[in-house]
Amino acid sequence: MDKGPQLALVATLLVMTGGGAMSASSQDFAAVERGRYLANAADCGSCHTIPGGRPLAGGRPIETPFGVLVSPNITPDRETGIGAWSDQEFDAALREGIRRDGKHLYPAMPYPYFARMSRQDVKDIRAYLSTVAPVHNAVVSNRLPFPLNIRAAMTAWNRLYFTPDEFHAQPSKSEEWNRGAYLVQGPGHCGACHTPKTILGGDKTSASLQGYTLQGWVAPDITSGDGPLAPWSVDDLAQYLKTGHNRFAAAAGLMGEVVDLSTSKLSDPDIKAMATYLKDINGPKPSAESSADQKVLAAGGAVYQDLCSACHKSDGKGVPNLIPDLSQAATVNTGDPTTVLRVILQGAQTVATDREPTGPAMPAFGWQLNDVQVAAVATYIRNHWGKAPPVSEDQAKKEREALQARTN
Amino acid sequence: MVRRLPRKDVVIIGLGWTGSIMAYELADAGLDVVAIERGPWRNTVTDFPPGYAADELRFRIRHELFLRPEQTTFTFRNKMSQTALPIRSWGAFMPPNGVGGGGVHWNAETWRFLPSDFKLRTHLIERYGASFLPGDMTIQDWGVTYDDLEPRYDRFEYLCGTSGQAGNIKGKIIDGGNPFEGPRSRPYPNPPQDQPFSHTLFAKAARDLGYKPFPQPSGNMSRAYQNPLGVRLGPCSYCGFCEWFGCGNYSKASPQTTILPALIRKPNFSARDNSEVVRINLDGTGKRATGVTFVDTDGNDWEQPADLVVLSAFTIFNVQLLLLSGIGKPYDPAANAGVIGRNFSHQTVSDVVSFFDPAKFIFNPFIASGAIGMCIDEFNGDNFDHGPHGFVGGGYMGQVQTNGRPIETTPVPPGTPLWGAQWKKAVKENYLSALKPGTGVHGSMYSYRDVYVDLDPTYKDRLGRPLARITMDFHDNEIKQNKFLTDKFAEIFQAMGARQVQKQPRKPPYDVTKYQTTHLCGGAIMGTDPSTSAVNRYLQTWDVPNLFVLGASAFPQNAGYNPTGTVAALAYWAADAIREKYLRNPGQLING
Repeated sequence: MDKGPQLALVATLLVMTGGGAMSASSQDFAAVERGRYLANAADCGSCHTIPGGRPLAGGRPIETPFGVLVSPNITPDRETGIGAWSDQEFDAALREGIRRDGKHLYPAMPYPYFARMSRQDVKDIRAYLSTVAPVHNAVVSNRLPFPLNIRAAMTAWNRLYFTPDEFHAQPSKSEEWNRGAYLVQGPGHCGACHTPKTILGGDKTSASLQGYTLQGWVAPDITSGDGPLAPWSVDDLAQYLKTGHNRFAAAAGLMGEVVDLSTSKLSDPDIKAMATYLKDINGPKPSAESSADQKVLAAGGAVYQDLCSACHKSDGKGVPNLIPDLSQAATVNTGDPTTVLRVILQGAQTVATDREPTGPAMPAFGWQLNDVQVAAVATYIRNHWGKAPPVSEDQAKKEREALQARTN
Repeated sequence: MVRRLPRKDVVIIGLGWTGSIMAYELADAGLDVVAIERGPWRNTVTDFPPGYAADELRFRIRHELFLRPEQTTFTFRNKMSQTALPIRSWGAFMPPNGVGGGGVHWNAETWRFLPSDFKLRTHLIERYGASFLPGDMTIQDWGVTYDDLEPRYDRFEYLCGTSGQAGNIKGKIIDGGNPFEGPRSRPYPNPPQDQPFSHTLFAKAARDLGYKPFPQPSGNMSRAYQNPLGVRLGPCSYCGFCEWFGCGNYSKASPQTTILPALIRKPNFSARDNSEVVRINLDGTGKRATGVTFVDTDGNDWEQPADLVVLSAFTIFNVQLLLLSGIGKPYDPAANAGVIGRNFSHQTVSDVVSFFDPAKFIFNPFIASGAIGMCIDEFNGDNFDHGPHGFVGGGYMGQVQTNGRPIETTPVPPGTPLWGAQWKKAVKENYLSALKPGTGVHGSMYSYRDVYVDLDPTYKDRLGRPLARITMDFHDNEIKQNKFLTDKFAEIFQAMGARQVQKQPRKPPYDVTKYQTTHLCGGAIMGTDPSTSAVNRYLQTWDVPNLFVLGASAFPQNAGYNPTGTVAALAYWAADAIREKYLRNPGQLING
């Protein structure tokens, strides 16, 4: 506490002595406020802050399908952060994926999304970042193996997957819809996790927001129409984004971070706008292929009644805003059982927010259930109310091994 | 070497119910608050998840959630003429430990005391005359009234989501509730819990006998609930593992499920667990607390300076810490002088076990919750004329069967062998058709001149500090009271159709090895006279104005109810006094 004003003073001095490289807009309260809001909307902290660590000082490992990248320091420290960058250099990084040294960023930095922001938006984010406490923290970002460590390869990638163009409103849609579209497609970069990727890691734009698995979690299909979010109303979706909880689901894992650091801090109208836009994204009906063995279902049902039903209730419906509804949860009834297995084995802490401070958690059962039992109860909850492929003992075993190898 | 920490506005000793309430209220008022807790931090999913929350061996038999006697204990004797010995395994009551304190493992029976309970001495003398009271009975008025506490009872019930049926709303008596209760400003936040067969059968028999049965007010949720702090609880699953256990599914009101999630979001609150406060420090005048000294698990001593000290540990440890810190004059029973340690009390509990025809009655006793039950209040407090009976006090009674757990709840008819094939056969035959209420008769224990706490002259804890010494025995008044109540209770089971009713009245001497309740009371009591009370009506110590002492240690005597509702109401009452009076003008709120 008592260090706060000193740090702020240091930050201000750095800004003042930064010379031509610095933007004058860090003197502009309105720009700083707007930039702070957009930095929250863009969830900069999820990647650039180690949980519990110094804000935005980088150093957090980001898993990608190609290897681990480490987030850089984006505090205004001149040597190890972005203090010496010009506004133009910052804009190029955010909206074009070009580093200060002219090399390419990897798209773990979601510049294909941030490109939808305006130059002014990015300038304001810069203005805000100039006001945070500078931290001296040198980060080696690229730890990818050869040949992926050759950043020039990104030139070809960009040709395939990157469209440098600001957001353009659709005149046929409402102002609210367009605001939501801007937030989802731009700073919110929802598709970075929720849109399936090609083998090269680019978005499969034809299947936008239809779900992807990354960093050991399923980012589920969040489409409506025939998609899994069809039963959710705009208000359900808005409540989830704002509070982390609603009558169906609770945010944990990566989405818990998104709610904590980003969506819970956005205004109610902006959240409603995002929900309005997302509810207008139609997806196909999830495949209902399942051939679950009746004996496995019976065994899984017994485990469920014994260990799960006290909270999730016999009908799977849970308790609104407290315990997720398994009969509706998008992460349960999806093709990929990664999240289901992870949560059964390891438990999960849901997010606590000002509006929903409870933050209930799911206990771990990995110590108590063997792989056969885990597979059975996972199969049961995926098939008793809905239809999703059965989970095998081998899948449970592999997930258990994967979790044991994880450090986060 | 003592290491000194940065000063805080408030230091709170013990993070159970009262510590959590006070921490929230004072942090909410903008003060910088630190709570120091002797035991560990506790969370639902890591410490009592559904996967093993219902482990009777671990939690009930092996006392998982309680203080370990190796850390500290107390000595006990019945009479002043005896030599007290240290207690090495908990029996008559369970000293809590860890964040949440007794609020983690309680049954969540959430009662209010009667209006007359708060002016007990005045009330009884007015009705029966001073000579009706035993000469060595030292009961007192509290200095606070039911009306003072009503809004605070209400806050606690809405914090907890208490499930119950009001019997008196603003003076209007309501059918189905407790007609004897003091007027409440509004209904309970949640309807009563569903009652199993044996409980409804008890209620029917009681009604046929002319009583007015009502559901016990319960901190086990009858439905999902969100409290005024925004914290949510889920509906109770009636698993029957409440008392001695933490609730695995967010269904029992506890600091963890009602306050702590909101409290830990406040940036001006912090907590230190596994840290035992060894002393409240005073300045050179002895009239002002400067903070506390605590010891961590490395054995290091730390000083935490603070402007305001709140002592909110378990009853007996409140008293011990005051004595060890030299605050207030220690009670001397021979001279009947001094205040710290006086008017110590517990509870007078008894049971009736009844056996029904297994062919006709299936009670499924495992369908239960900690505070489920149908009760009557005709024989509590001064709800009946004590004139003909020659005793004072009373209690509620009820079919409050909180469990059908396999180790402890295996009632067998009198005469059954204690083990072996015959015992097993009897358990099997009677399990579904026998009734064994947890605390069937829940009677008061009034205070006496020779029941008190002081420092043991011989036995010391691991840090070399004298242990607290309890001197306690039952007096004739309580034994008479209990016999009368147990007989009345048994009549109801007879009326239910039991074929065998086994009365188990409480008999002297007080047995420290047999569990009654964890409701230790008194020792640092509240009152209006500094010569007979340790704290004033706002729970502020008479001698050290920046020290408040919360908890049942403030009760001048114990009433015939579970104390938590009153303990919490007093905590809110004290918090309001600090916020509204003390902070504006820090000093003695009442001139003694």
